[in-house]
This record gives sequence, C-alpha cells and structure tokens, in this order.
Amino acid sequence: MTDADDSGAPGDAGFDEWLAAIADGNGYYLESPTGEGSLPPRRICPHSGSTQLEEQPIPDTGTIEAVTVVHVASPQFVDDTPYATAVVDFGPVRLTGMVRGLDPDSVETGMTVESTVETRATTDDPLLVFRPV
Amino acid sequence: MAGVRVAGVGLTHFGQIPDRTGRDLFAEASIRAFEDADVPRADVEQLNYGNFMGSMAEHQGHQAPLMAEAAGLTCPATRYEEACASAGVAVREAVKSIRSGESDVVAVGGMERMTNLGTPGATEALAIAADDLYEVRAGMTFPGAYALMASAYFDTFGGSREDLAHIAVKNHANALENEYAQYQRSVSLEDALDAQPVATPLHLYDCAPITDGAAALVLVSDSYAEANDIAAPVSIVGSGQGSDNLALHDRDHLVRTPATAQAANMAYEDAAIGPDAIDLAEVHDCFTIAEVLALEALDLYPYGEAITAARTGETTIDGALPVNLSGGLKAKGHPVGATGASQIVEMTRLLRGDHPNSDAVEDARTGLTHNAGGTVASAVVHVLEVVA
Repeated sequence: MTDADDSGAPGDAGFDEWLAAIADGNGYYLESPTGEGSLPPRRICPHSGSTQLEEQPIPDTGTIEAVTVVHVASPQFVDDTPYATAVVDFGPVRLTGMVRGLDPDSVETGMTVESTVETRATTDDPLLVFRPV
Repeated sequence: MAGVRVAGVGLTHFGQIPDRTGRDLFAEASIRAFEDADVPRADVEQLNYGNFMGSMAEHQGHQAPLMAEAAGLTCPATRYEEACASAGVAVREAVKSIRSGESDVVAVGGMERMTNLGTPGATEALAIAADDLYEVRAGMTFPGAYALMASAYFDTFGGSREDLAHIAVKNHANALENEYAQYQRSVSLEDALDAQPVATPLHLYDCAPITDGAAALVLVSDSYAEANDIAAPVSIVGSGQGSDNLALHDRDHLVRTPATAQAANMAYEDAAIGPDAIDLAEVHDCFTIAEVLALEALDLYPYGEAITAARTGETTIDGALPVNLSGGLKAKGHPVGATGASQIVEMTRLLRGDHPNSDAVEDARTGLTHNAGGTVASAVVHVLEVVA
C-alpha cells in the first residue's frame, strides 16, 4: 500500500503507512534495542546505528515544545494562513504539525495535545494535526 | 600543504532583477573576479559552483558546464548543492583541492535567481531544504522553522523581539555604503518592531530578503601567486564543515546548532587559532535569530548570551567584535546558492582595505565566515587571514 490517495499516483512507502496509522489512532515510532526513537521510513537508527528497529506505539499525548504562527505560507498552504506550526514532544520522538482547535495566537508551549490526520484548507492533501486534549 | 590565496573577488549587485538569467549574473561576477585577480582564464583547472533552486527557478539542471561557458572557462566544472550553504561547500572543496596539490588555480562561485518565482514560489522553493515528508507537508516554512528556534530560544534563555530588531538595525546600518547591497537604507527599531509578521516571533525585518545575484572568486596556491607575481594578501587558513539531522524535531536541541560548532572547531583547529583570535565575522543571518545561534555555536559567545550582542553594541561596527559589516544576508541580500562565496568576497575586501567599511577595522588581521544550509543541517566555516 503506497498510494498516497485514490489517484493511483505513486506514494511514499513507509511514510504513507505511518500517516495512516496516526489517522487510525495507532501511531508508532521505531525503537532501537537501546531505546532510542526515530521515524520511518528508516533502516538504521540515527542515534545508535542499530538495524534492529521495532515498531512501538507513540504515546497518545505530547507537549508543545515550540510554536510559531505562520502568516506567509507557500502556495500549498496559502488558504490555511494564519496557522500555528508546532514541534511536539511525545517522549521517544518529536513531531512537527499544525495545531487546530483553538485560535492560532493562543497556542502556547507546554500545552498537551494529541495527534491526528486532517486535510489542508488549501489542497486536499493529508496533514498532521495536533489538537488540545 | 599548499597555502590558499584569494587572488580575485567579484559580485553582482544583489537585488530584485527578475529578468536577468543566471548565466548572465554569473558571467558578470566572474568578470569582476578575473579583473581583480589578473589571472588568465586558461590557467583555471576547475570551477566549483554553488546553486540551490535553479531547477525550480530556471528549469535548468546541469548548471556547472553552462556557468563555466558563461565565465569563459573550459575546465571541468561541478555544481555543489547544500541549500543555502552550497557556495560555502564549493569554496571548501576548492581549498581542499589546492591544499592537496591537485590544483593551483580554482574558480569558485555561486548564483541564485529567486525573485522571478515571486514570494510564494520562492517560499516554496526555500522550504524544500527541510524534510519534505515530516516538515514541508506539515506546513513548515523556512521562516517558520527559524521562528520555532526563536520561540524555543526565548523560552530557554530569555530575549525579546526588540533584541532581534537591534540585529536588523545593525545590519542595515552596515550596508549603507555597500554598493553591492540589496538594501542601502537604514531601518529604525520602530520600523522593525512594527513590520508585518511572517512567522511569529519573526516579522518582516527579521528575515533576509529574496534576492537575485552571483558571487565569484579566484583562488590560487601560494606557489602560483609567488611565481606569477599575483597580489593576494588574504589567505584562507582554516576550513571546516558540519552536518546534523535534516528535520529540526530530530535534533537534540532546538536552540543550538551543533553543525556550526562542528564546522567551527574544525576550522579553528585547522587555522591553529581559538575563537578569541577572530577580529570580525560574517555569519549566516538568514533570520535575525540565526545570527544569535551562529555566534554562540561559533564559541564567540556562551550559549544564551549572544541575544543582546547587537543591542549592547558589542557586534556593531565600532564594537569589540563587528559582525556582518557587509550588511549580512539581512541587508546585503541572500541569493542562497551564492551567499557562501559572497561572504568570502566581502571578508577579503574588508581585510584588504578596499571595502567601504574597511576603515572601521583597520587593524583587523583575522576574519571568520559562517555559511549555513536549511535550519543548520549543514554548516561551513572559513578563517581568513592577512598574510602579505
């Protein structure tokens, strides 16, 4: 399963499955034998060099570590502006995504969020979204 | 090991010149560099050329032989692509080639054509320096990435938009007399603070502009300079490079740039100096916060302390360590694939005494240049010294 959508266009194997798993509430990361986390598609742990990577569930919630409100976007996101982009710490891995469910200017570091997959306002492409819990 | 001299330097005016082709821009910079060097083009053994977004901006891949042709060169030519550090890497590889004895004369440079893409198009093209799957598709822009670093910096160490605005004010003031600069005009603190937001906490004057331009250098070995009576008082005495995870969220810190530290340590060791020997620096201020992060990773300031350096006057033209006397990327402009070479051009002029701001650093002997790619997943540092 590597189709990004129903168009039949080639997808991105490894990433598409990962995003689909986040959408289903079954998000995962790759864990090395020494406990470091990384994201797919990946064959070698960037921390330990191990090739023995196992899928482990990503914690349900994470903490916003940094946030910005984007006012000038690329054409792919122009109808989404202004939007909050955040780096969220889930423990073994961090993720970058768009925060929805509150005014972008009220998003703050330290907030607890959960991850899900929605679509951009500009295009129908899937988008990693964080929502406050 | 052969020493490396900067025999000639050349720039185009940096600015908004959307109709000019890349080949024409690079030809102009190369003509200036060869006039300055007084080295015959037939002696050039290779061209190292930096460019980032030419495939998008000009629908032109395979640019190196095209640029060699434009510059009147018939030697082997190679394009280096490392996002905004493309030309820095091209310079470093030229230094390595001359030091190894492989070459005596290398032409180096870079070109970027950006404004023909428009702001949204250039924003999209710049974003591809980030991780496409995990950052670009999540809506992260290039200013957005540095804004995340600024936000994390404020949370970790303190600092304010006003501290950052002082960096923009300083770099604009430095560019006033620089004939090659995109913005030869001053910006007030109020202008900077009142400007429209791009990605909070970064506003318009925290961001380097979108720029068209080219830079070129002629580098030669000590022995070639001596044998051919070439006046080349400035030498590249230290070179270093570092890399990091591409995606910001995969790094250990959001507020440190270890690729810069790695490049700096390598360059200091190579030059057999410490950071205290640096008289002036040209650092990669694609955003105001980037100047802060650079000064700290270069070990010119302890972590958490460079945020006030411009505000307190330590890095202004009459400060203890003048930073970005060219105007920096902020005011001189940032044609991304040319920037790393343009920093060597400007530092050479500053040290030789033929830069409009040279008088302010008359006694300076040692300068540092710092060129970064993306959110500093790549960094290149060079140390330049007056040797003759």
